Amino acid sequence: MELFTEGDPIADTKAPAGPVEKRWETRRFEAKLVNPANRRKMTVIVVGTGLAGGSAAATLAEQGYHVKSYCYQDSPRRAHSIAAQGGINAAKNYRNDGDSVHRLFYDTVKGGDFRSRESNVHRLAEVSVNIIDQCVAQGVPFAREYGGLLDTRSFGGAQVQRTFYARGQTGQQLLLGAYQALERQIGLGNVEMNARHEMLELVLVDGRARGIVVRDLVTGEISTEMADAVVLASGGYGNVFYLSTNAKGCNVTATWRAHRKGAYFANPCYTQIHPTCIPVSGDHQSKLTLMSESLRNDGRVWVPKTKGDDRSPKDIGEDERDYYLERIYPSFGNLVPRDIASRAAKNVCDEGRGVGPTKLGVYLDFADAIGRLGRKAIEAKYGNLFEMYERITGEDPYEVPMRIYPAVHYTMGGLWVDYDLQSNIPGLFVIGEANFSDHGANRLGASALMQGLADGYFVLPTTIANYLASGPLEKVDASHPAAVEARTDVEDRVQRLLAVDGDRTVDSFHRELGQIMWEHCGMERSEAGLRKAIDEIRALREQFWQRVKVSGTGEELNQSLEKAGRVADFFELAELMCIDALHREESCGGHFRAEHQTPDGEAQRDDDRFAYVAAWEFTADGGPSVLHKEDLKFEYVHPTQRSYK
Amino acid sequence: MNLTLRIWRQKGPEDKGRMVTYPVDDVSPDMSFLEMLDVLNERLILAGDDPVAFDHDCREGICGMCGLMINGDAHGPQRGTTACQLHMRQFKDGETIDIEPWRASAFPVVKDLVVNRSAFDRIIAAGGYVTAPTGSAPEAHSTPVAKANADAAFESAACIGCGACVAACPNGSGMLFTAAKLTQLSLLPQGQPERYTRVIGMVDAHDEAGFGGCTNAGECTPACPKGIPLNTIGRLNRDYLAATAKGANNTPGS
Repeated sequence: MELFTEGDPIADTKAPAGPVEKRWETRRFEAKLVNPANRRKMTVIVVGTGLAGGSAAATLAEQGYHVKSYCYQDSPRRAHSIAAQGGINAAKNYRNDGDSVHRLFYDTVKGGDFRSRESNVHRLAEVSVNIIDQCVAQGVPFAREYGGLLDTRSFGGAQVQRTFYARGQTGQQLLLGAYQALERQIGLGNVEMNARHEMLELVLVDGRARGIVVRDLVTGEISTEMADAVVLASGGYGNVFYLSTNAKGCNVTATWRAHRKGAYFANPCYTQIHPTCIPVSGDHQSKLTLMSESLRNDGRVWVPKTKGDDRSPKDIGEDERDYYLERIYPSFGNLVPRDIASRAAKNVCDEGRGVGPTKLGVYLDFADAIGRLGRKAIEAKYGNLFEMYERITGEDPYEVPMRIYPAVHYTMGGLWVDYDLQSNIPGLFVIGEANFSDHGANRLGASALMQGLADGYFVLPTTIANYLASGPLEKVDASHPAAVEARTDVEDRVQRLLAVDGDRTVDSFHRELGQIMWEHCGMERSEAGLRKAIDEIRALREQFWQRVKVSGTGEELNQSLEKAGRVADFFELAELMCIDALHREESCGGHFRAEHQTPDGEAQRDDDRFAYVAAWEFTADGGPSVLHKEDLKFEYVHPTQRSYK
Repeated sequence: MNLTLRIWRQKGPEDKGRMVTYPVDDVSPDMSFLEMLDVLNERLILAGDDPVAFDHDCREGICGMCGLMINGDAHGPQRGTTACQLHMRQFKDGETIDIEPWRASAFPVVKDLVVNRSAFDRIIAAGGYVTAPTGSAPEAHSTPVAKANADAAFESAACIGCGACVAACPNGSGMLFTAAKLTQLSLLPQGQPERYTRVIGMVDAHDEAGFGGCTNAGECTPACPKGIPLNTIGRLNRDYLAATAKGANNTPGS
């Protein structure tokens, strides 16, 4: 059977015409407004309370809408944005080092390997400066210079210092800023907060998104919540690989359920493998821990020149070391973008030059920086990261070089959205990592925080008004037949999972699925591997529904049931990821096809055939998905082979 | 390593709860504490038993979701470390380990080791913010902040809201949590306009939530995985005194 069919191309992304630097201004002016008295009568559901969802919920409530917010954690403050370490990009040019909105735009389009939309990226760069102002006003304690002004540092893929940071906890501080703004609105009664609730279905009424079905994770109660519009800010799907830097609860269910209801899923194969994570230590491993990219400002990456060199790093002399990033990419050195650094690490390990007990690791060495700046300066910059490394590995990175290896970290793909961040389902908006829009085939460091907050604070609150202003929509409640049907579907699925009562745990299936994905749809993909993966995923999914064992009942706090539902959706997503990766017969950014590389092993794009967004439409279980292509046009940044040499 | 775990099992808020003993074998010293519990739960599920419910999410010590009393210590024996970052190399082969939920009247048990910490959110909602609606911010460099103040504000802002301070306190007080947010915002120029209404709003919410009072027992800071200093509570007290002396309007945000 064919794996997919091709449908109509996507002709219009709703981006205004005209010069790229005027498009957002044009859109803001042309977007319809809702007058403040009417906003009070409108309800918006926001799923997820990370940087995108938290900032959107707070901002919509400030504007006067009634907001219902949902998160699976016990508090909105715990969303996984909190774990972002390194920083947030903004085109402030405080360093006077040649930065500008246009340069941030250019770097991001190039960094994404020419697979993102110019209009969206330019808007992101424009809004970046407002984000810093907003966060400072909230009391976010960014790092500062002695004169009291904000400090910045370098990040991968850029030659300017435009990354604002709060030690190694930038995500935490930005999220707490958004969370506090959200709590203020909760206190004022403008936001109804539902923590420990998980969205399990989208409700469509007359083709519009009008509500969601949620499960109260404490009581197990399943209920339907209705609204005038639904915003998904539920994050990425990196946990399809089982081992990733995502939090254990991160999942694809909210977006996948919307996909099954008709929302296109765009570029699912674009996943980011982060080069600097702590290597896997054994089979018990439940997650991977990132070491911030900012460490590459001062750390030097190396492996021994000789294969199988088992000596301790301190016994390997300077002339016996290969600082391979500095050697291959002299102009960017250790600060090449993530996709490039990850693949280079994989290559040297494949050559047999990896280090550590598993040989799947490279050194990140601070000896030079400690010699140059002193231990105190390194402690001030990276102290918490060094401590974290030591707690996990039992090794002191001030004395012994860190060992790092790439790990799944972020997903550039997500639900397809237009320029207004609206999916192809009217009334369904998707923001932050959950959408696909701004990073192309590779995200630059410190750009996820920028995009999440740009979407939540500034873009969505403007564009959603345009949709809501087209109302008023017919009033519907949970007794509407479509709502009842969605709820019944959820109840049936929960019962099906509980009824299997097999002999394998959810985690054992998830782990095996993750291994298939890492092997065949990870850092390097090939046609044969992807075809094999698709067969294996289908077989394993079948096994899952016959053999999974979920303990307990649906009417209680049941973490094994929660996981089962998420893993069931990961199975379906995994197959689509492989199909997307298989159909894209080129290499770009994080998507590296073994068959498509330059003579020196770099990603070889095929702009003639693949300069498009692949937006997938769900048809039926087991049925072929339909591919809709959105052509990408480059008027300002001319596609070239990315070079960081 | 072979270990004996004694774990608090409680079906729900109404259940009385009890310690149950589980032997766990073949524990690797490289496992994290939560990975060791994962191993136990996999075994319980396959045996048809109810796995142990415990909160966790990021497993890298920043989300604040995990929280276990391990041998009577909040987050276990290693200083400055959350339960998720605690590794089994901190324990000895053959050891018996007691695992309990946070015990505090403001944190009722939901199930097994899971507690309800929503009282912390209510404290923040009562004033733990700067009123700065989106779009209203001035240019970031219009107000310089002395580096020492910015750094000290950051130190307090590092709180992850896990609740270890409450669990460690003999009074079940949430003062370290409350003081950490107050200190962060009172050290920054942006936090000044609401400084005194904030302290009253947050302390009132703290008391209403059923947390105990602070008697300077000093147990909180050593238990805090982020090392929030005890002198933040001194700052809270000074601001609270000043606020009550001023007779400040008690409505946060006004």
